[in-house]
Amino acid sequence: MSHPSHAQPPSVLSVFIALVRRDIALAWGQGGASLLALGFFLIAVSLFPFGVGPEPQVLARIAPGVIWVVALMASVVSLDRLYQADYEDGSLDDLVLSPMGLVGIAGAKVLAHWLSTTLPLAVAAPALAVLLSLPDAGYPVLVISLLIGTPALSLIGSIGASLTVAVRRGGVLMFLLILPLYVPTLIFGVGAVDAAVTLGDPLPHLALLGATTLIALVVGLAASAAALKLALE
Amino acid sequence: MTDVNPIFDSGTRLSGSALVCHRGGRRVFEGLNFEAQAGDFLSLTGRNGSGKSTFLRLITGFLPKSSGAISYCRRGEATDFLVSDDFTLVGHQNGLKPSFTLRENANFYYRLMTGSAPAAERLKIAADIFALGPLLDEPVQYFSSGQRHRSALMRLPLVARQTWLMDEPTVGLDADNRAALAALIQHHMACGGIVIAATHDPMGVAGRVLDMDQFQPNIEVGDDLDEGWL
Repeated sequence: MSHPSHAQPPSVLSVFIALVRRDIALAWGQGGASLLALGFFLIAVSLFPFGVGPEPQVLARIAPGVIWVVALMASVVSLDRLYQADYEDGSLDDLVLSPMGLVGIAGAKVLAHWLSTTLPLAVAAPALAVLLSLPDAGYPVLVISLLIGTPALSLIGSIGASLTVAVRRGGVLMFLLILPLYVPTLIFGVGAVDAAVTLGDPLPHLALLGATTLIALVVGLAASAAALKLALE
Repeated sequence: MTDVNPIFDSGTRLSGSALVCHRGGRRVFEGLNFEAQAGDFLSLTGRNGSGKSTFLRLITGFLPKSSGAISYCRRGEATDFLVSDDFTLVGHQNGLKPSFTLRENANFYYRLMTGSAPAAERLKIAADIFALGPLLDEPVQYFSSGQRHRSALMRLPLVARQTWLMDEPTVGLDADNRAALAALIQHHMACGGIVIAATHDPMGVAGRVLDMDQFQPNIEVGDDLDEGWL
């Protein structure tokens, strides 16, 4: 007799894509984190002109740092439920029993988080840069640095989210765990934009930013998988 | 319904011997022996905290065993764990996303397990077993707890797997749906499936009983306390 479930082994790629699509749908659906993160980003950045005053020189000086710091915060705000929602409703068990493996699960969820939540921040950033009167030379590098750097935010955040998955009210703990790890990304990201604004060469900063993201890719997925394995016990 | 389930390999056998499991420094059970073959129904009984759920998580490989051996043979190959593409688990939690409809939840589950989308017909047949057909396109957040639980049970007929593991499958089910579940289990056993269910209620299915109370560790010996840190 034939055995349909074993007739052909399930394609890991199609399972991976299914999870990415589900997570993006959840993130933009009802009660999803993406709109919240984007709203937080827009409102928090637009508070700065009220706080430090409307002088264009001052705002232009702090613009790269403000945008990058608030982008970090917005990404953390959206990350604390990355694995917790699946852990609480039991679907994390189902994910683990799928043919993907733990690294595949972490990879799919991080990719979905980046596409649904941190990528829109990079897209919205130029509009906020106008608000902070960033000099024209800074815009392309601001967007490029965010595109290169934001995957690291999702990847490093995934470590914190997977470590605190079984902790009730783990959001603040996660903040403390991962914000220090965001420092290299912040330094090189802001450095690149500052260099472009002062007509320097942003390329070394962008290269280091890319290196940070690659390290986060290797360490982040492996660490998340190990932390998830512990959470399942 | 016969076209939903394939006939499974009759040589499949799952067994364990002298299993011991610790959780949080406490010995949950010890000296546990069990065996289940194709066509078997094994019901786990015992007090609260006697390790029924722990046992299910142990044989799925979620929890490490402290000592003992598990052996799983299928299609002539032997492994020391239950292979994940060979069983379906229905746990305490339902694994449903409230903002998705039942159809979206079921489609995703099927994709997750097989990599492809289920035929609409197959989905309908699985849903109708627990009278969920009319609810397929409703968001799960409007379901009652019994409806959610039936939605979780729906994955059993949806994905063809030889071994079914269930944790308290009858909780919150009315008489009609208990009968439907019993009929489903009997059909699965007739196809050569293995069903292991942790339950406090009689399931209405003839099978062997594994009483977890008999594997309780002897607390008076005091060996469940890890004295290393003292």
